[in-house]
Formats: sequence, structure tokens, C-alpha cells
Amino acid sequence: MDLMEYQAKELFAKHGVTTTLGKVVTTPEEARSAAEEYGFCVVKAQVKAGGRGKAGGVKLAKTPDEAFEHASNILGMEIKGLTVNRVLVTPATPPQEEYYFSFLLDRSNRQYLCIASVEGGVEIEEVAKTNPDAVKQIAIDPGAGVDEAKAREIATEAKFPEAVFEQAVTMIQALYTVFVEEDATLVEVNPLARLEGDKLEALDGKVSLDDNASEVRHHEHEAFEISEETDPLEAKAKAKGLNYVKLDGEVGIIGNGAGLVMSTLDVVAYAGEAHGGVKPANFLDIGGGANAEVMANGLDVILGDEQVKSVFVNVFGGITACDEVANGIKGALEILGDQATKPLVVRLDGNNVDKGRAILDELNHPLVTQVATMDGAADKAAELANG
Amino acid sequence: MSIYLNKDSKIIVQGITGGMGSKHTTLMLDAGSNIVGGVNARKAGTTVELGGQELAVYGTVKEAMAETGADVSVVFVPPAFTKDACIEAIDAGIGLLVVITEGVPVQDTAEVWSYLQSDANTGGTRMIGPNCPGIITPGESLAGITPHTIAGTGPIGLVSKSGTLTYQMMYELKDFGFSTAIGIGGDPIVGTTHIDALAAFEADPATEAIVMIGEIGGDAEERAAAYIKDHVTKPVVGYVAGFTAPEGKTMGHAGAIVSGSSGTAAAKKEALEAVGVKVGKTPSETAALMREILQSR
Repeated sequence: MDLMEYQAKELFAKHGVTTTLGKVVTTPEEARSAAEEYGFCVVKAQVKAGGRGKAGGVKLAKTPDEAFEHASNILGMEIKGLTVNRVLVTPATPPQEEYYFSFLLDRSNRQYLCIASVEGGVEIEEVAKTNPDAVKQIAIDPGAGVDEAKAREIATEAKFPEAVFEQAVTMIQALYTVFVEEDATLVEVNPLARLEGDKLEALDGKVSLDDNASEVRHHEHEAFEISEETDPLEAKAKAKGLNYVKLDGEVGIIGNGAGLVMSTLDVVAYAGEAHGGVKPANFLDIGGGANAEVMANGLDVILGDEQVKSVFVNVFGGITACDEVANGIKGALEILGDQATKPLVVRLDGNNVDKGRAILDELNHPLVTQVATMDGAADKAAELANG
Repeated sequence: MSIYLNKDSKIIVQGITGGMGSKHTTLMLDAGSNIVGGVNARKAGTTVELGGQELAVYGTVKEAMAETGADVSVVFVPPAFTKDACIEAIDAGIGLLVVITEGVPVQDTAEVWSYLQSDANTGGTRMIGPNCPGIITPGESLAGITPHTIAGTGPIGLVSKSGTLTYQMMYELKDFGFSTAIGIGGDPIVGTTHIDALAAFEADPATEAIVMIGEIGGDAEERAAAYIKDHVTKPVVGYVAGFTAPEGKTMGHAGAIVSGSSGTAAAKKEALEAVGVKVGKTPSETAALMREILQSR
């Protein structure tokens, strides 16, 4: 899960990283009252995307009225397709210098990585291209972690100025604590600012949390989920324990196993090229079970998507037997009754395939078409969605 | 011949008494695997009857290995305890550690990987997974959850990030059969990589051609492509899933700085094709490419 800036800063503060929390507000009026308290302040769009400043989502306000005006403009704005529903108001603290700092999971090298640069905060990607030597990458052994000695090594390597060196050593350790204690895959501070009086502070923060860890040992992370930011169909699916992602297309997809479902999306998109450019409407992995209840829940969510014109059920019976899946589809259609209104193209293959296909043949449901191959079924589903 | 697993492999199951563990131990026995016991500290000294066999439950991996001579362990313990189960097996010096468990926190896997690289790994343990279907050498042994009924033995080596795509591909090519099929898992950090499996298949006399299945994310396929160019002489066909997957909303700059690759399916396909690997658009087309290669032998 990716966090918004204000949420990241809450975690920073919790683990002793110097930062200013400010106030998160959802109306221009609230922004004004926050500004009355802070004076010169900055109004920042809270969305889970980079490039907020460039999109006009970050503005300085000298007066409460200015804060009101900026908040009015920023709230409701779209940044990279995301609607801004809240802004963060913090006291404006113009930096003397801007640095970049992050810890992240380095999946290629199967370890952690620290990236630090004292040259350029916001334009770091540009610096990495034009002057790569200025962007230090320091490998972290997950078994050893970051103690004070390692933090000193990092601060030295990154060439933090003497005036803020000791603060940097402390902050590096605190940021590593955030990374490990919260099970993050990314902790990024950009800019890490040197303020007046040589005070080091995290002016912005980005944190991505590991969903597996949140499930296993950080139930408190659920509080970071913001319901209005979640697609209603995704929320419904989640409540039913389904792994569903809403996409912008016409062919509903149900399959078993993440890889097969991803592949199904691709095959439907290819098939759609010959049928008016129809596209997959969603990702839905029903996992190994595929009993009637899971199938009914899945169909229920997909049929709730008004864009959907046809549904492609693509199941390979590995451990699951196809007759169980066929009975699941049969049961789901009984459970849904009149609510099942869109054509279903079913491709069953693998374990007990003959029994499975026989069950659906016998059912002879007007909405159900069986096709033996994945490519053929995708073509049929795309054709029906284009009708 | 095969890679990593054969008829002589002696397998124990960590978490043998749990739902997943007992169900799949039975299926592994059906596949002909030589399961010699299980591990559960709380049920040490008892036995479980699975697939018509009486299997001893030991308190520790070390004890199980001493009593049975086991050299492979399959892990089914819940994600919260997977790290400890892996460390225990590595400490005991198990040869092959197959971690089926899904949902393991990635920092736990990172720590296990660090441990595998350290001096503590005196037994030279190889880990497969986590979050994977495991490994099958058809007709000889299964350490994992791949259905053994899909395909028999043959000349194809298969390595895949995805479980169900492994099954699909085995099914499509069941008339040829497989030397070994290995599901390495789709987690950000896994023990055995595409490259490890490619190297092993290249060295395995029973493997004549290789199918490699990848997915969006990371740069494992791009690395594998570079490896194939320099080290693999056997024909390889590839498939990559996720061309139409929604683009992740990239957070921050760190990823872009570190990885030269965008991690997209298109980038992976391009990297593989650049080194002469034929990449299918769909699983069926990929199977057809392999079919052509094997028929022209």
C-alpha cells in the first residue's frame, strides 16, 4: 500500500524522524483556519502520485485568504488521474539546501538499498542521469541492518555537510527504523531539507508498505486505507475477500491464479482488436477453490460493473477439479437468479474437464457458452461484448 | 535426469499436520514422492497417516534429517512463521528448501536470503520460493503442489513465476512431457531465479529445450535474457504475462533511479527476443513455438 504524504509523516514522527505534521483538511475553510494558526504556509495536494508540484498541487500562501484560495483550486483537481480530496497545510519553511534520501527494497539484488544525494532534491532523477556520481547507492544487508556505524558510513559517503552531519546520522537511523519496523518497501524523503539554523527536516515523505506484512503483523496499517479513494466495486470485492482490480473495459474476467488471470487479460485484449477494440473490464483471481459461493461473489461483483457486456470465466483445473468449478458456476447462476443478465463464456480445461463440460452442457443455460480453448473463448467473449 | 529433484530425493514436510500440509503431502505421495516424515514441534513423537502411509512427526528439522536422511524440505507453515521455519531448515543443513507459503512479508524473505548467503549456510541450502507451486520431476518426485497428473516425463525444462500458467503450459505440451518443471514464485524476492534454473537445465542431459514464463515487475526476465545470450545453447521459448495489466502508479523516484528497466511486459519481451528467444503472444502460441522446435529435431 502506498501512503499519502501526511500518512508517511505520521510514521516519520512515530519513529523520531524530524518533520512537521501540519494539518490535513478537506475544505478551503479549514485550510484558512490552519493558515491563521501558521501564518506563512504551504498548501499541498494529498494524492498517491509524484509530480504534485509540477501539476500545480503545491502552493505557498502568505495569508489565510490565499490559503483558502489555493485550497479551493487544489481540492477537486486531478493529478495523474487521481482526484485531490484533501490538502495538507504546513508552516512554510524555505530550505537553504535540498537533499535526497531513501531506503528501498532492491529486488534485483535481493537486499535493501540506500540512495542518498546532497545535490538536488526534487530533480533527483535528472541528477542521476547527468551526474550519477552525485547520487550514492549504498547496499544494505537485511541481516545486518543499519546501526550507528553504518549510518555514519552512509552520511560520509553521501557527503552530508559538517553542520548537519550528526543530525543526518541520527535521521538515517530513524528512517531505517521506519523502513524495518513498519515493513516498508520504500521510505523516501525528498526533499530532505537543511533549514535556517542548520536544522535538518523531512519536508516531504513517500512510504510504500508491504501488504503481506500488513496482513501478518501490522493490522494498524488498515487505518491508512481511505474508503472514498477506493473504487466502490473494489471495496465490495475486498469485503468478500476477492482479489479484484477494476479496469476500463467491457469484458469481465474471472480466472484462477494471478498469472493465468493476467494472461487472460492479455489474450482478451488481443482478441478485442478484431471486435471493435473491446478490452478487459477487470482483474479477478478467485484462487484455487472456485466453489459456488466464491464464483457467485465474483460474478456478483463483475455484473455490478455497468461497463461489462460479457464475462469470460477462464479456469484451468489443476488441483481444483473442473466438475467442482462447473458446479460452482451452476450454483452461482442459481444464487444470482435474475441478476445474472450478461452472457458468460466459459473455458474449462485440465483436471476432470470432461465431467465439468458435461455439467454445463446439461445445464444448458441460455447465458452460458462453452469454448474449449483459451484463445477461442477470449475471441467469443470479445465478440459478445462488441454486440 | 532432472534438476534439483529426483527419485532418490527424501522429503520432509514442515507443517505436515496443517490443512495445506496434510492435503498436499497426500498428493505428493500420489505423485510417487518419497516422503519420509514431517515436522511440527508441538506434535513431536506422534505420527500422521496420509495416503495410506504412517509418517513420523519430528520436533525439529535437524532431528527429522538425522532420523530419516531427508535432503529436501517442503514448507507449508503460515506466513507469520515461515521465516523461522526456513532459518531452522538452513541451520539443519537441508539441501533443498521448497517454500510454498503465500503471503510471506518481503522483509522476512530478504532476511532469509541474507542468511542463505552468509557463513551460517554450511549445508549449502538452495531455496525455491516462497509463494510458489514448487518443483516436479514427472514420474520421479514432486516437492510442492503442482498436479502430477497433467504431464509425464519428457525433454522440456520449464521455469515459471506463475503457478497456474505452469499448469497451463504443461497441459498444452503434455504429449512431449517434462524433465523438470519449476515454479520459482512471483514474490519480489525468491530463492531460485530464472537464471539458476536456466543454468541447471543447460547442464541437464535430459533437457532438450526450455520454456521460460515471466510476469511484469522487476528485471529478472531481462537478466535472464542476458544470461541466455552468453550461456544457454539449448533452444528457449518464452512467454510474458501482463501486457494489459494496469500500470502501477509509481511512487517516488527510487525505483527509476535503481532499475534500468521499466519492468513492463513489453520491455521483457523485447529483451528476450533480442537474444533470439521466441516469445509467444498467448500461452497456446508459446506452446506452438515449442512444438515446432521439438518436431524439427
